[in-house]
Amino acid sequence: MKRIPVFMALAILLAACGASDSDDDTPRPPRLPMPVEVAFDDDGRPLPEVLAEEQVLYRGNGEEPQTLDPHLSEGVPTANILRDLFEGLTTTAPDGRIVPGAAIHWDISRDGLTYTFYLDPDGRWSNGEPVTAHDFVWSWQRVVDPETGAAYGRMLAPVVNAEAIFSGELPPEELGVTALSDTTFQVRLDDPTSYFLGLLTHPTTYPVFRPALEEHGSLHMRPGNLVSNGAFHLTDWQVRSRVVLEKNEYFREADNVIIERVVFYPFEDENTEFNRFRAGDLHWTYQVPSAQFSWLKNNMDEALKISPWFGTYFFSFNLTREPFEDNLALRQALNLAIDRQIITERVTRFGEMPTFNLVPPGLPNYQPYKPEHAEWSQEEREEEARRLYRQAGYSESQPLTVELRYNTSENHRKISVAIAAMWKQVLGVRTRLVNEEFRVFLQNRAQRRVTQAFRAGWIGDYMDAFTFLELYHSGHGRNDAGYNNPRYDRLLERIASERIPARRRNLMVDAERMLLEDQVVLPVFYYMTRRLIDPRLKGWEENIMDYHLTRYMYLVRERSQDEAVEEKASEETE
Amino acid sequence: MLRYSLRRLASAIPTLFLLITVAFFLIRIAPGGPFDSERALPPEIEANLAAKYHLDEPLVFQYARYLWQIARLDLGPSFHYLDWTVNDLILQGAPISFTLGILALVIALVLGVAIGAWAALRQNRPADYTVMSFAMIGISIPNFVMAPLLILLFAITLGWLPAGGWEYSPSRMALPVVTLALPMIAYIARITRGSMIEVLHSSYIRTVRAKGMPEKEVILRHALKPALLPVISYLGPAAAAILTGSVVVERIFTIPGIGTYFVQGALNRDYTLVMGVVILYGIIIILFNFLVDLLYAWLDPRIRYDDGEAEA
Repeated sequence: MKRIPVFMALAILLAACGASDSDDDTPRPPRLPMPVEVAFDDDGRPLPEVLAEEQVLYRGNGEEPQTLDPHLSEGVPTANILRDLFEGLTTTAPDGRIVPGAAIHWDISRDGLTYTFYLDPDGRWSNGEPVTAHDFVWSWQRVVDPETGAAYGRMLAPVVNAEAIFSGELPPEELGVTALSDTTFQVRLDDPTSYFLGLLTHPTTYPVFRPALEEHGSLHMRPGNLVSNGAFHLTDWQVRSRVVLEKNEYFREADNVIIERVVFYPFEDENTEFNRFRAGDLHWTYQVPSAQFSWLKNNMDEALKISPWFGTYFFSFNLTREPFEDNLALRQALNLAIDRQIITERVTRFGEMPTFNLVPPGLPNYQPYKPEHAEWSQEEREEEARRLYRQAGYSESQPLTVELRYNTSENHRKISVAIAAMWKQVLGVRTRLVNEEFRVFLQNRAQRRVTQAFRAGWIGDYMDAFTFLELYHSGHGRNDAGYNNPRYDRLLERIASERIPARRRNLMVDAERMLLEDQVVLPVFYYMTRRLIDPRLKGWEENIMDYHLTRYMYLVRERSQDEAVEEKASEETE
Repeated sequence: MLRYSLRRLASAIPTLFLLITVAFFLIRIAPGGPFDSERALPPEIEANLAAKYHLDEPLVFQYARYLWQIARLDLGPSFHYLDWTVNDLILQGAPISFTLGILALVIALVLGVAIGAWAALRQNRPADYTVMSFAMIGISIPNFVMAPLLILLFAITLGWLPAGGWEYSPSRMALPVVTLALPMIAYIARITRGSMIEVLHSSYIRTVRAKGMPEKEVILRHALKPALLPVISYLGPAAAAILTGSVVVERIFTIPGIGTYFVQGALNRDYTLVMGVVILYGIIIILFNFLVDLLYAWLDPRIRYDDGEAEA
């Protein structure tokens, strides 16, 4: 008797699973809505008849934003919302190119130290007030004011006096920015910072509306209080439920913005988000479940977007402690023993690119240095690894015992297990895997008292190799390897002050070569972004910085039954 | 009765105080702080943030400051959700968790008791075995399995209900409430069945039956009430747990309740948020245990709290 309910429960289970599995072989109408063919008018705008009636974009957006104050914010999900809400002096095109934003054009002095921005006289805040140079002056002073506690205040470090203001030696008013007129904003820099225009797309450099801050204090980012200068303004925010933005009618390019409303949903779980997409609740997911690659490829290929991202997944060594202190040969041996191809093809599986470099490709002004061993076959690398391992004083009878530390996550665990297995197989290294909760991990890494080898990773903050190279300056707060090389520090300082692009580029290549030759890091692969995008959402383009502004996007109509039939008929006649 | 209630409520204050003290120091032992992140902050800014939130003071001072703050019913600013205070977060999330919890509780109580009593009256017959096997399955299928199965079936395959998200609407609440209620129905049914069987075998039931009372009245008037006692003692902590929200259900259905705040708050080192949830949880537990004791007295005439002397 007791068997029956168990059997029934199994039947329900099977029915539920079967419903999705059976789709693979039985033809069914496509689960994804099919869009109509897009047609454009003479100005390159989509024709009204192809547009969906309701221009509301539903977007999954990772974690709940910590704050919508652009100066205090950090993290990708928050930046996604802020890029729709606000606009910096420059902004990005759909393909990621830097284009004029709040400033329609600018002059750069011959020495590269003075930037003069001419603001769009039509620039308006979401309450209709003009956006002025004074807004930028006040906002930037707020960013560098140590009282503000801006998480990314360092973005403005190239500006004259910024460093002294951070450390409290000078008042914020001394920052090297001036409003020459209501629409002319001038910035003076300490060094010619070739990537400066790129920094201006970062939320930390966005203007905030001073009267709203002064009136509402810490409540200035609540719906109804928040005044912004971007294509959208905030109309609703329910914590951990949704953030709703609506089109800002005062935006200088409002005529070209088609989406009327954007709803950002936070998700704590990638499977939940995936289910919501499958149920048709979302146009755009923040990520996809990593275990579902084959299913997605087979069933949702036209929605699956995998694109290169400006980030590198790597491991690093604590250079201040045994066994890696002063032991270059050992570090090199561990680096060469890893078969990156296996990790990207068998473990991560989303088309990640294996690498021996720290700086990702795709930068317009940088050709990464390629280490010699990148060209070798894996057998050659392993051969060399064994030689170096012996040279470092280890052997089969006297194997290295090492701790490999990572923060708790399924993916990190799998990759670490694979690396430990490769070290074991090629060299006979005994690896103890240690996983730690994120904040414990960060603290241990920074203190360098217990760490040996550890996981790391970095997503560039701005489009320049320097965002990776500066990490290993002896004084950098995230130099968890404890790399302390005066030659490297000097090289970084020369890069910062170098005015001629070609020479600066060569210096950066030298710096990366130095880092890799000293084997400070053990690069594994370049990150990819992976997400699902409804085929009806148009205007989305992949770009390496992964900036996607809603103002360039629009939703097209679903193809009607007749149109689908027609298309099929025309396909058949062809 | 009134004096007893007042005394119970007064004794809640030292309990809460102890809870707050232990929780306050425990969370501070965890390594790392609320402002640590992959991007290292410049030391000056870190110092400023610490000063702004008084994290640079000795822990005992912070503790005194915190006690003074909660005495004024202010749970302080959240260290992670910078635009909100802990009061804001709890006031937004608690009604949602309460709504789901109460609905699940009511459903579970009605169905659980009915099924349990029904099975008890058919003890060791096929109907009893069938129902109780289902109950066993209900208890042993964890909600992180049940919830995705329900979504797969009702939201994705059949398309009858939304896959998640929150609104005060029956369709949005249906799946989370069912997920929460199912294991409780099963528990309550098993408890009711067990105690009902015990009561039905007791001598006073034999007496009323011997006196010729109709079976329906025997069950409803004399057997059911005492059979509910174990259910009530189960309900105290269970109700407190369900009202403060379920991490799993909130994650899977993306419900902005308060269940996730405890774990998320601890991971983010959001000290004030964790404390706020601990205090809320403490209050609810104390309150429900108190209610359970009152219900006991009402259900079982042998229990009286006269002048504070409880005789069982």
